[in-house]
Amino acid sequence: MKTTVSNQGRRAFVQGSAAVGGAFILGLNVPNAGAVTVSHGTSRLVDFPGDAFAPNAWIRISKDNKVSIYASRSEMGQGVYTSMPMLVAEELDIDLNDLQVGIPPAAAPYINRIFGAQLTGGSTSVRDGFTYLRQAGAAAREMIVGAAAAEWGVDAGQLTTSKGYVMGPGGKKASYGSLAAGAMKQAEPKEPKLKDPSQWKIIGQPLKRFDSPYKVNGTAEFGIDVKAPGMMIAAVEMCPVIGGEVASFDEAAMMGSPGAKKVVKFNDTYTNGVAVIADSYWNAKQALTKGAIKWNVTKNATLSSDGISKMLAEGMAKEGVEVKARGNVDAALGSAAKKLEAEYELQFLAHSAMEPLNATVLVKGDSAEVWAPTQFQTLVPPTVAAATGLKPEQINVHTTYLGGGFGRKIEMDFIAQAAVIAKAMPGVPVKTIWSRENDMMNDSYRPVSLQKIQVALDSNGMPSAYKYKIASPSISARLFPGAVQKGVDPFMMEAAENFPYDVPNWHLSSTFVDTGQRVGYWRAVSNNLNAFSQEVMLDEMAAAAGMDAVAYRRILLRDKPLYLGVIDLAADRAGYGKPLAAGHFHGVAVIECYETYGCLISEIEVKSDGKIKVHKMTYAVDAGILINPNIAHQQIQSGVVSGFQNAFSEVTIKDGVVQETNFHTYYIPRMAEVPPIDIHFVASNRNPGGLGEVGVPLVSPSISNAVFAATGKRVRKMPFKPGITA
Amino acid sequence: MAISLKVNGSSHSADVSPDTPLLWVIRDTLGMTGTKFGCGMAQCGSCTVHVDGVATRACVTPVSAVAGKAITTIEGLGGNHPVQKAWLELDVVQCGYCQSGQMMSAAALINSNKNPSDADITAAMNGNLCRCGTYDRIRAGIKRAAQLA
Repeated sequence: MKTTVSNQGRRAFVQGSAAVGGAFILGLNVPNAGAVTVSHGTSRLVDFPGDAFAPNAWIRISKDNKVSIYASRSEMGQGVYTSMPMLVAEELDIDLNDLQVGIPPAAAPYINRIFGAQLTGGSTSVRDGFTYLRQAGAAAREMIVGAAAAEWGVDAGQLTTSKGYVMGPGGKKASYGSLAAGAMKQAEPKEPKLKDPSQWKIIGQPLKRFDSPYKVNGTAEFGIDVKAPGMMIAAVEMCPVIGGEVASFDEAAMMGSPGAKKVVKFNDTYTNGVAVIADSYWNAKQALTKGAIKWNVTKNATLSSDGISKMLAEGMAKEGVEVKARGNVDAALGSAAKKLEAEYELQFLAHSAMEPLNATVLVKGDSAEVWAPTQFQTLVPPTVAAATGLKPEQINVHTTYLGGGFGRKIEMDFIAQAAVIAKAMPGVPVKTIWSRENDMMNDSYRPVSLQKIQVALDSNGMPSAYKYKIASPSISARLFPGAVQKGVDPFMMEAAENFPYDVPNWHLSSTFVDTGQRVGYWRAVSNNLNAFSQEVMLDEMAAAAGMDAVAYRRILLRDKPLYLGVIDLAADRAGYGKPLAAGHFHGVAVIECYETYGCLISEIEVKSDGKIKVHKMTYAVDAGILINPNIAHQQIQSGVVSGFQNAFSEVTIKDGVVQETNFHTYYIPRMAEVPPIDIHFVASNRNPGGLGEVGVPLVSPSISNAVFAATGKRVRKMPFKPGITA
Repeated sequence: MAISLKVNGSSHSADVSPDTPLLWVIRDTLGMTGTKFGCGMAQCGSCTVHVDGVATRACVTPVSAVAGKAITTIEGLGGNHPVQKAWLELDVVQCGYCQSGQMMSAAALINSNKNPSDADITAAMNGNLCRCGTYDRIRAGIKRAAQLA
């Protein structure tokens, strides 16, 4: 496999609407067929001259038959630079050897149609592109075949394709590239015919990731690795308390430090602080320490974790906004044979991607270049325009590899700040790098949440009513207010909103609690919060009914075969119900998350010091069609390890300041604590479900349920204390 | 003050303050960006390089302390190192950011231990964080690399 991945479309190849044959069938602009220069890694360049075949925004084929496929989502580990080109290549019918994967600029064709923006998140990349990426490949192939038919004077139906060549009667054979000129004259097929899945050669294959070679030899260019001629580097200090501002600093002392070029005070839409631009990161950081920066803190100066818990309790006491309901939950609760009521509390978490936030910006007279590890290309031009006074169309966005994203790199704060800093040195590329402390103390945290569930059980122990109320900060209220409808944030309601269990009377409500701390989308978002409460309560219900946790769930999901499929598979592979090693206990949890179904069974032991040892995790997943089983396996494994943070990490606040500053105080699971994770996929021909996030939410509830089995104690507040042991 | 460095077999002279961490000399002065910045306090291992064959956190190593010593970075591993071959064979990487450090720690391990046990691997690798959670494939990759070595 020699597929290459180009890093950085240094020169935007979509330059307006130099349309060839009108708008592409998929409603996309046809990019200019002019010179396309894509750099690969940090060195090799591949040029696509103007006579390349450029049928649509996804495909370039040069005369010498080099194929480039553009991957329109950000690569942050989830494998989109492999899975998305595989979808195009399947229908285009090319040899994957010598395929070049390109990174496109911010442009309309690359909009994620689920979100209406060029955005990577919500486990949408493959779900969004599954049909249109195959159509893009099929349309291009039909145009190439049409060109061959015209050239050879035969019917297109007589022609076949294989690995980048068209074959015709009498041993005729021509490469796709050699047919480029003719293919560009072909009309776009209105309805490109897609292969029957039985004919797939690429989809479903456990191919190696196309980006692996560059990540293994160290040449993959992450945002922090961007180099530009004459580049300077900035280090920043931001007010540790939200809303605080710079009071004073000693500019002369900073400028007297070796290598310092410029001191910039910034007070942009998102952040307040001071930057030093220098000839190296270390010199910038050293200069910053000499600045004696003082802060003006007004609000949030007394904000604390305890205070935030109280705010949540006050929110819980208020009347909530009804989200969804059926039946009459209060009447059923009033007449119940048995009632259960419990509160669950979830903690703030930091994103802590291994690559700290950074962005490189070059502000010129009438344009700006932005190189950034961003998950959200659409917002970059308006953000940088606002920061620099330029127009959005004057901003060129170059997406780099992301050293992890997890939702943090959807935010614009680090890009806006880098633009403001770079504007202070026009004509000079300036890379702003956040320290780990900057990154951890100025995050948009996974929200806290207080959740109350009341359940009525009938005389058989089956639920007749289920009343669920959530008090939590709303992420969308800050980031995308338009997503909040009638006081409900859909990204606060995941997993809860589509409650799958058979309960005749059900009521879900929520209250927004603005704690003063900034919150953001964090891998799997509110699935993490709500699946914890729901799945622990399911266990509480089963226990109250005197029934086994799996058997109880199976009854309440008896009409839901996709849930039953993963439950049965996980139970079978985990040996659920069979004797375990002494002191070992199972805990179960179930979810549907971004159209994928999962059942996780955790096998744990509670040590004499109260620490939890996780011995094994068995995860059964139904994600529909798997584009690449190798990457699917990686994603579930990754999600489950991420879920350890939900169970064992926490961000705390004292005097308005985040107390966890680096990896010595903020817990990220290490090799020693991560058990074997046994992953099984249900064979399926359902359209693909999401894979990047579904691994995360079930870790904490399955462990909590296992802790109950081991100790009889319900843990309803995260994280587990005293914690985890290797 | 110019400091003489031997990186991946080549001699370099870096005109930097002697307390500058080796990491920033490698990245900013020598322009080799395969070695990553993760935490700045030897907590994550992303910056791991070899100093005279020993896995070393470059983010807390003053450049003056390694003058004249043999420094190897991911670029110096050569591309065909058994660890790199195993990493490709098992498709270990995800986001890839921590992997230079992971591979440097792994390479140092199999240099000194031809047949590492699970416990040996955990002990050698526990200082290298991976936020994508690739630990299972890292473990398998080290075992495979030991076979290839």
